[in-house]
Amino acid sequence: MSEAPRVALFVTCLVDLFRPSVGFAAVKLMQDAGCTVEVPEAQTCCGQPAYNSGDRKDTIAIAKQVIAAFEGYDHVVAPSGSCAGMIMKHYPELLADDPDWASRATDLAGRTHELVSFLTDVLKVENVAAAFEGTVTYHDSCSGLRELGIHGQPRQLLDGVEGLHLRELEDANVCCGFGGTFCVKYPDISNRMVSNKTEQIVATGAETLLAGDMGCLMNMAGKLQREGANVRVRHVAEVLAGMTDTPAIGEPSDGSASS
Amino acid sequence: MSDSNREAVLGSLRRALGRDAPVDEDTAAKLRARMTGHARNIVPARTALDDAGLVELFETMAQKVHATVAHVASMDDVPGAVGEYLRGENLPSEIVMAPDATLDAAPWSDNSLLEIRRGAPVESDQVSVTSAPAAVAETGTLAMYSGPDHPATLNFIPETHVVVLPAGRVVKSYEDVWDSIRAQASDPESGRGGQLPRTVNFVTGPSRSGDIEQTLLLGAHGPRRLHIVIVDGE
Amino acid sequence: MSGSTTRNFKSNAARELANDTLRAALTKSKGHFTEGRSTAAENLPEFEALRDQSRDIKNHTIEHLDFYLEAYEEKVRESGGHVHWARTAEDARQIVLEICRSVDAKAVNKGKSMISEECEINEMLEANGIRAVETDLGEYIIQLRGEKPSHIIAPAVHLTKGQVEESFRANHTHLDPDRVLEEPPTLLDEARTILRKKYFEAEVGMTGANLLIAETGSSVIVTNEGNGDLSQLIPKVHIVLASVEKIVPTLEDAATILRVLARSATGQEFSSYTTLSTGPKREGDTDGPEQYHVILLDNGRTDMIGTEFQEMLRCIRCGACMNHCPVYQSVGGHAYGWVYPGPMGSVLSPGLLGVDEAGHLPNASTFCGRCEEVCPVRIPLPKMMRNWREQEFEKHLSPGAARAGLGLWAFMAKRPKLYQLATGVQMRLLARLGRAQGRVSSLPLARGWTKYRELPAPEGRTFQSRWKSGERPL
Repeated sequence: MSEAPRVALFVTCLVDLFRPSVGFAAVKLMQDAGCTVEVPEAQTCCGQPAYNSGDRKDTIAIAKQVIAAFEGYDHVVAPSGSCAGMIMKHYPELLADDPDWASRATDLAGRTHELVSFLTDVLKVENVAAAFEGTVTYHDSCSGLRELGIHGQPRQLLDGVEGLHLRELEDANVCCGFGGTFCVKYPDISNRMVSNKTEQIVATGAETLLAGDMGCLMNMAGKLQREGANVRVRHVAEVLAGMTDTPAIGEPSDGSASS
Repeated sequence: MSDSNREAVLGSLRRALGRDAPVDEDTAAKLRARMTGHARNIVPARTALDDAGLVELFETMAQKVHATVAHVASMDDVPGAVGEYLRGENLPSEIVMAPDATLDAAPWSDNSLLEIRRGAPVESDQVSVTSAPAAVAETGTLAMYSGPDHPATLNFIPETHVVVLPAGRVVKSYEDVWDSIRAQASDPESGRGGQLPRTVNFVTGPSRSGDIEQTLLLGAHGPRRLHIVIVDGE
Repeated sequence: MSGSTTRNFKSNAARELANDTLRAALTKSKGHFTEGRSTAAENLPEFEALRDQSRDIKNHTIEHLDFYLEAYEEKVRESGGHVHWARTAEDARQIVLEICRSVDAKAVNKGKSMISEECEINEMLEANGIRAVETDLGEYIIQLRGEKPSHIIAPAVHLTKGQVEESFRANHTHLDPDRVLEEPPTLLDEARTILRKKYFEAEVGMTGANLLIAETGSSVIVTNEGNGDLSQLIPKVHIVLASVEKIVPTLEDAATILRVLARSATGQEFSSYTTLSTGPKREGDTDGPEQYHVILLDNGRTDMIGTEFQEMLRCIRCGACMNHCPVYQSVGGHAYGWVYPGPMGSVLSPGLLGVDEAGHLPNASTFCGRCEEVCPVRIPLPKMMRNWREQEFEKHLSPGAARAGLGLWAFMAKRPKLYQLATGVQMRLLARLGRAQGRVSSLPLARGWTKYRELPAPEGRTFQSRWKSGERPL
C-alpha cells in the first residue's frame, strides 16, 4: 500500500500502568518508520491473567472487547511478546467455536504483531537512528521466543545502535520466573528462578539489561535491586527509540543509582 | 478376574473413542494391512553409503560409544586376533563361546592358549565370544538374536564380550534388521518355526551408567568391554 | 492413592529449595542433559521430521487402541506368552502376586519401571514376604535410602556421590569399613559385585516396557546398564508390566520412536541395550525365561481418551521435559510428591489421581514452553496444564483470595472506563509511595512479590491518560 500503514497501539496493562514511556517509545519507533499510530481507548488487558487462571469465560469476554476495539486498523502492535502472543495464537482458538467471532478473531490475529518483529519483519527496518553508550545484555522472554519466534530481530536492531555493545546472557532463553500469577502464587520457586537469572546477568558485566516484556523486566529489575546489583533495566523499545533520559525501571526520578 | 478386567478396559476404551463396538470390518482390514505392510518411515540419509562406507560408519559410531574395533582379513585370522586382544588387556584366556556356525568356521584349535567352552555362560565366566548376524551402521549397533546357537546371556554375563562380525553383515538401519528377522522367521530352513527369536538384542557399546553424578561409567552390569572383530573378507 | 503428597507441593517445594545438596546435584546434571539433547538433534538432520512421524504414529495408535491391543494380545499368545489385563493398580498387584506365588518366588529382580512405582508393587511384594530387588544402579541406591525416584530416567539424579558413598557404607556392612569409596568408579564396582550375585537368586524378573509392538507381540526395553536384560533372562519367569498406551503397530514404527527416544532423553543416539522380548524361551534355547507374562494396565488412561488430555498418552517417557523445565530444575522431582514429576507429571498426575489431589502441579508453571519445545512427540504440555486450571476454576478449587483478586481484575478489565478511572488513582498513589526510591520494598497486598523483590514504582499517570491529554513522543 502506498499510504502510511495505520497502526493501533495495544498498550498492554503493565506499560499503561507502570511504564508509559515504553508506550511513547513504541509510538516513536513506528512513526519514525512511517506509520500513523492511534491508541484505541477501549483497551485494558489482553486477558492473559484470566486465561492462565482457567477463567475461560472472562477471557472470551475480554477478547471480544479487544477484537471490537481494534477492528479496522492495518496493524495492531504491542510492546510485549506475551500480549501479542495471546492475541495471535490464543484468541483464534478461544473463539473457534463461535460463528460470529471466529473469523474476526483470526482476522485480528493476522494483523497483530509484537513491536520489534513488526519493525524488522513487516516494516523492513534495518537500522534505527539511536545511540546508546554502554554494554547491554538481553533476555529472551518466553512467549516472544517460543510462540512468536522472536530472537534475531532485537539483536539485529541493537547491533545498529551506535555505541552499544551487546554481551550475550548465559541461558538467555531460560524463564526468568515471572509467569504472571506464578511469581506470587509460588514465590519461593519464582525467587530461585529469578536469582539464577540475576546471577547470570551480573556475570555478563553489562550495565544495562534489556528485554521485550514488562512483566519479565519488572521481575528481574526488582530482584536486581533487592540484591543491590548495579544493573539498570529498560525495555528494549526505549533504547531503540533513543528515549533513555527517563529513569530506568525501579530507579527514582532524580536519576540517582539504586542504593 | 483377568477376563472381566479385559472387558472393562476394552469397554472403557471403546466408549472413550466414541464406539460401542470394535472397529468395523473395513477399518480393521485397513489396520491389518498397515501392520502386514509394515511400511518404513524416515530412514536417516547418513546411511546412504556403499558397503565400504557402511563398514567405516559402523566402526566410527561404535568407537564413539567406547566399543573397540579390530579388522582381520579372514576367519582364519580370528582366533589369533581374539587371543591377541585378551593378552593385550590382561584378560583370562578361558572363553565361553556361542555354538554357532559362523564361529565353527574359524580354526580355534590353531590357538591352543584359548580354553573354549561352547554354550551358555555361568556366573564365573569372564569372557564371551559370539558372532553377530547383523550390525547397524547408523549408530554402530550390533544386532544379535537368541537361539540354541546364541544364548542371549552371552551378551550380558561376562565382563568382556568379543563379537566376530563378517563385514558383509553391516547393514544400513534397524529397518534392514527387521527385514532380516522376518525373512528368517518365514524361512522353513531357519529352524525358527515361523517365530521371532525370543530375544533380539541391539547392543551399542559396553554397559554404562550415569546414575552417580552423571559420571559416565562403563560396566554397570553388562560387559565392561565390547570388542568387535570385523572380518573384512566375509 | 496412599503414596501421593502432591497436595503438599508448596511445602515440599520449600523444603527442597532449601536443600543445598539437591541444588548442587541438579546444577551438575542439568547441562549434561540439555546439551546432550541439542547436540544429538543437531547431528541428525531428520530429527524434526522424525518427531512429527513419532507424534503421528502415537496418535494413530491411540485412535485405534482397542484394535491394536487385541492384535498384540493374539501375537503374545501365539509366541507362548500370557496376557493379563489390569483395570486398576490393585488388579496389577494381585496379578503379580499370583504369578509370584505360582512359582513360590522368594525374590523378584526388577528392571527400572515407573509403572511398578505407580502400582506400588515393591510395597506389596515386601508385605507378602517376597524381596523386591532393584537392579538399576540408580534405583538400587534409592532403595537403600528408602527414597522414591526423583526423575523418570535418572532416579538418583538428586543425589551427590557423597550421599551414595554414605548409603553404601551404611548398608554394605560386610565390607571393610576402611575401604576407599569416594569416586564413582569404586562405587559402581561395589554395586556391580553385590548385584551380580542377586541376578542368580530370583525366581521372577520384572521389567517395564518402553514400547509394545502389535505386529509381533514383542515388548521393548531401552536401557544402558544391562540390568533389565539380566533380570529377564536368568529367572524362570519374566513379567512385563506396561500401560496400555505403550503399543505401537509395527517394528518400523518402533524404530522411528526409538530414534527420538534416546536422543531426547540423554543425548545418546541409541541406548547401550535396546531389547525386544517375544514370549518365553524357544525349544532348544539354553537360556531365557520359561514363562512370559505381560500385564496390561489401564489405571485411568482410557478415561483420558476422548478428552482434551488424550494427547498426553503419546508420552514415551524420555524425561526431556523435566530436563528443560526451570521449575523442575529448581525444586527437583520429589517436590512433585508422586511418581511422575516435571511437566509430564503435571499433566498426567491430575489425570490419574484426580485434579483435587494433584491440582497444584499444573499451576506451578510459568508456561515458558520449553517442555513442549523439546517433547519428541510434540505434546502441548502448557496447553493441557491450562486445561487442568480450567477444570479447577470450574470446580472452584483455586484458593479464595486468588480467585477473588483475579475476578476483580477481570471485572475491571471488561469495563475500560471504570478500569481507567480506578487504575489511574491506584497508580498515582503507588507512584507517590515509591517516589523517593523509585520502588516499593514492602506492600501488604503484594507480599508474594515484595518478600523477594523490590516492586518498581509506576511512573505516575497512566499511558492512556497522558495520551488522551495530548502527550506525544518528541
